[in-house]
Amino acid sequence: MEIFGVPTQALFGQLLIGLINGSFYALLSLGLAVIFGLLNIINFTHGAQYMMGAFVAFLLLNKLGIGYWWSLLVVPLLVGATGMVIERTMLSRLYKLDHLYGLLLTFGLALIIQGLFRNEFGSSGQPYRIPPELAGGQNLGFMFLPNYRAWVIVASFFVCLATWYVIERTKLGAYLRAATENPQLVQAFGINVPRMITLTYGFGVGLAALAGVMAAPIYQVSPQMGGDLIIVVFAVVVIGGMGSILGAILTGFGLGVMEGLTKVFYPEASSTVIFIIMAIVLLLKPAGLFGTQK
Amino acid sequence: MSANGTANAAGNNLIAQRVAFVVMVVFLLLAPLVVYPVFLMKVMCFALFACAFNLLIGFGGLLSFGHAMFLGSGGYAAAHAAKVWGLPTELAILFGTGVALVLGYFVGLLAIKRQGIYFAMITLALAQMVYFFALQAPFTGGEDGIQGVPRGLLLGFIDLNQPLAMYGLVMAIFLGGFVFIWRVVHSPFGQVLKAIRENESRAISLGYDADRFKHIAFIISGGVAGLAGATKAIVFQLASLTDVHWSMSGEVVLMTLLGGLGTIFGPVIGAAIIITMQNYLAQLGAWVTVVQGVIFVICVLAFRRGVIGELARWLKKPL
Repeated sequence: MEIFGVPTQALFGQLLIGLINGSFYALLSLGLAVIFGLLNIINFTHGAQYMMGAFVAFLLLNKLGIGYWWSLLVVPLLVGATGMVIERTMLSRLYKLDHLYGLLLTFGLALIIQGLFRNEFGSSGQPYRIPPELAGGQNLGFMFLPNYRAWVIVASFFVCLATWYVIERTKLGAYLRAATENPQLVQAFGINVPRMITLTYGFGVGLAALAGVMAAPIYQVSPQMGGDLIIVVFAVVVIGGMGSILGAILTGFGLGVMEGLTKVFYPEASSTVIFIIMAIVLLLKPAGLFGTQK
Repeated sequence: MSANGTANAAGNNLIAQRVAFVVMVVFLLLAPLVVYPVFLMKVMCFALFACAFNLLIGFGGLLSFGHAMFLGSGGYAAAHAAKVWGLPTELAILFGTGVALVLGYFVGLLAIKRQGIYFAMITLALAQMVYFFALQAPFTGGEDGIQGVPRGLLLGFIDLNQPLAMYGLVMAIFLGGFVFIWRVVHSPFGQVLKAIRENESRAISLGYDADRFKHIAFIISGGVAGLAGATKAIVFQLASLTDVHWSMSGEVVLMTLLGGLGTIFGPVIGAAIIITMQNYLAQLGAWVTVVQGVIFVICVLAFRRGVIGELARWLKKPL
């Protein structure tokens, strides 16, 4: 069977890879959007924290025998906790300054973390075994669907949805949104805004770590795995605009699929297509697809 | 980013800068007697690159996180022109600069549509696009880069394979670029740029087309960065992916931050410190990255004025 001269097997295969990449774009840009909303900082360390998530899961499995499912729970908490330490000790000193200093600080931290991991583990990738419950796959007739990949897409979709629900539909989320609008006023109502900021940063970092754990069995666990990815995620964030949570999720998945399709029809452009889309969006709608220009 | 109150105040008090400039020229004339010339040339190329970057961040308040694209494309264009087309050295360097200027025009057109953090992310993303282009394009040599670029003859009769001839050319280019940036900063154009940095809405209400000023500053900065890249490609006879990679964009930010954002001499000192450090730590591998990260963190948390910024504060003179 062929569609536009492309075998369906290849087409759906690339669509699947696109959806997988899109899952990670969505999770990571969601974390960036949540952090940016409250802290006004673009977290350049996000890629390194995603890498830390994958590495901590890898170490838990190989040193302590703690498997994938526990890692899904423990790793985001551990890495999120390191994020909270960073927020308390360093980022919190910069809130009164130009926001660009936050970007520079988190860039420096990313260099430190990546350098330390490269010293410890070398540049080569380490494999992470797919959990036995999700090994194998389904033959859907038109393509073969590995179980683990289906799980990643479904799981990240639900994590994104849950985050959206908490922020947009619960009381906690209402506090968060209020603090984004006017932190002084919210503090005057007796809500501990600095603690909320710390927890929010920890949560965003936890999301990055969760993405890292889920990515570990698909990609190789290596110190550089976050470095290039984060730049693509930045482009995703520019395209979506950081105003809306739902926008970040939709753009993430959508651009993953676009990238997959480009791989089928014009493979030469597959690594640049997201940047090209970004340029077009900037020309037509500078605030981003879901953003509002302030 | 206006961490440097000193550079704005007393705009006509330029004696200290002139003295510092003379000291720098004398140092560059005498240094090859004791320091390895190739090392000095490397420092000068990066210092010029950092000066170009500093024009945007220090005087326009625009943090470009993709300046490696200009360094790299200038280098590739000059290397290609010198090696494949056999252009004379001076034309190859001019061609590299021209390519970076054109790139600066188009990238600037897109990037100035957003401000602050978005500006940084957009320039970073566009630079990554240039990186992938350099990785895949047929004439860049992919992972190998363009190797064995001939240094050639300057103006047809000065053999640049002579270390001191090459040194003289690099020094002339560096000083020329440096004085040019210096002039731009103190020109009416530079003053308007600073006004836009301080308060864009007010500058617009005074009748200045802020976007146009930012765009021109971006093109100038890209062009001078391309000049640095083209010169570097001729000196090292190599244009490679290292120069277009995002870590290079980060390095120039670090040099400028360490030397002093918005100071005239800060980028030069910052480049000299970072290149020297890389030279001594080269055998430590990935620790160089860690050390650079630590310097970043320290500068942002406790040393935001940078070396020259602190010196200028101490001397109470803009430098």
